[in-house]
Amino acid sequence: MIRFLLIRLVRALVTLFICVTAVFLLLRVSGDPAAILLPPETPPAVRAEISRSWGLDRPLIEQFGLYLKAISQGSLGYSFTDNRPAVDVVVESLPKTFLLGSFALTFALLLGLPLGIIAALRHNTSIDRGVMALAVFGYSVPIFFLAILLILLFALSLRILPSAGSATWAHLVMPVLTLGLPLAGRIARFTRTSALEVLGKPFIRTARAKGVRRLGVILWHAAPNAAVPLLMYLGIEIGAILAGAAVTETVFAWPGLGRLLVESVAVRDLPVVQAAILVSTFIMVVSNLTFDIFHAVLDPRVGAREWSAS
Amino acid sequence: MTSPSLVSGDTPKKIESRIPWLIRLSIAWLILMIVTALAADVLAPYSYKTQDLVARFKPPSWLGGNEKYFLGTDQLGRDILSRTIYAIRTSILIAIAGTAIGAMIGTTIGFIAARMRGWVDQTLMMLVDAQAAMPAIFLALGFLAFFGNNLFLFILMVSLDGWERYARLVRGLVVSEMTSEYIRAVEALGSKAPRIIFQHILPNIAASLVVQASLNFPGTILLETSLSFLGLGVQPPGTSLGLMLGEGRRYLLNAWWIAVIPGLVILLTTLSMSLFGDWLRDRLDPTLESRR
Repeated sequence: MIRFLLIRLVRALVTLFICVTAVFLLLRVSGDPAAILLPPETPPAVRAEISRSWGLDRPLIEQFGLYLKAISQGSLGYSFTDNRPAVDVVVESLPKTFLLGSFALTFALLLGLPLGIIAALRHNTSIDRGVMALAVFGYSVPIFFLAILLILLFALSLRILPSAGSATWAHLVMPVLTLGLPLAGRIARFTRTSALEVLGKPFIRTARAKGVRRLGVILWHAAPNAAVPLLMYLGIEIGAILAGAAVTETVFAWPGLGRLLVESVAVRDLPVVQAAILVSTFIMVVSNLTFDIFHAVLDPRVGAREWSAS
Repeated sequence: MTSPSLVSGDTPKKIESRIPWLIRLSIAWLILMIVTALAADVLAPYSYKTQDLVARFKPPSWLGGNEKYFLGTDQLGRDILSRTIYAIRTSILIAIAGTAIGAMIGTTIGFIAARMRGWVDQTLMMLVDAQAAMPAIFLALGFLAFFGNNLFLFILMVSLDGWERYARLVRGLVVSEMTSEYIRAVEALGSKAPRIIFQHILPNIAASLVVQASLNFPGTILLETSLSFLGLGVQPPGTSLGLMLGEGRRYLLNAWWIAVIPGLVILLTTLSMSLFGDWLRDRLDPTLESRR
């Protein structure tokens, strides 16, 4: 298992390295980084000085070394709009996104898991088909359209929820629904598939034959085995939550990472864009790694399989 | 395995060979969208730019609006029906181009990885993993920020959604095809690599590729409409379904139809494509894993 985790760690580092390299190359390809990353009104003398300190007159490979060093020290330039370190601006937006994301995920699990399990247990009935319809809806509905429908319903017709801002808990309801409902659909679908697969396994039949009650089979034999793939699936969904947050936060004026990224792109505040992309890549890679570790701990076969495969 | 199991296996198959009504509806809607996209100039009663400032914020004619405007007008008195028709053209064509480019890039990379193996394969698959770890919309936002916005670049951005899925799929399929008897026979007969790829392997994996493309298409539409909705994709005076929705968002209180009509079109299109894609997968390629 140690070996498995090491392989995963190396892969995570490689992924991070590729993303950092991609951003570095993008900056170089799109023009003079000093011109891009410094505010337009910077005096030429200051610009030249900064160019030198970034090593822009040196060979590309040396520049890359300096770039990596700067990133490891967390210095990614200053925001054009308020002159604060770009990393600080990004880090300040994280708690709000974390709050929104975790609530949305919790909501989606509370709704999606039971629906998926019920659908699997009532396989090929109208309940099953209803859940599947919800799931298809879940990955087809545009998040921004769902947001607008919710605003029309809760803010403009019923007038019970605020449509923008983050001052109170009531402000959290619509963003969580927007992000959580499609996710619930996808989780329900995945849970159903996963549960159906496990319920068809011989050990379930053995448990039933031994006289274990239906509920016991579901809770003690099926659930732990169906949980493992689901956990891996949630690791993938973290990316979808971050992507969805970009739209959701913008619509509801929720001051998180997604809205920051979109607004920075709109005004071309490139240091902040760069920092936001690197930070979100870091979050994705770390969360994928965490889910991998969970997976290996919960399912001892994983380490062994990786071992025999490599 | 004797006749009884064959008989019981036959009956459900016969039922399956009929196309379910939901799938028929989906196909009908998709055909309508494609026809609308191709014949937008003929179908639209007005230009998407024509303003009628006297008739601003008119509700759809069947809700007591102006007789001239079936789906109402927007904040500049532009006909929503005409704008939706032109927006369908923009969004559908961008999504088709994006899907095609993404499929080509991914397929090529998959073929290269499978043919070369070794370190080339490893490097390409690391790129695939890196892309899979990163939502396409973030990458697209980065590109737009660094390079600015133009239509060509925008289509390229949209094609980024899912290339890694084609690459992984094609690599796996080609690797398994390469070991099959018939390829070894063709190789023994002296066929060169390009001939093997285009004449033998590609036709055999085409069904899986079509299924993958149909499953990817909704994501591509959503990426384009999301970016346009955020004001970072198609720019005015152009029009796209996402852009209409983004503009209409400001007038929800007194003119909900500006946002809701293009929104419904997007929803019905992605929904139809998802249903159609799922059905196609079950029909053509039961071995392909469920997408999510």
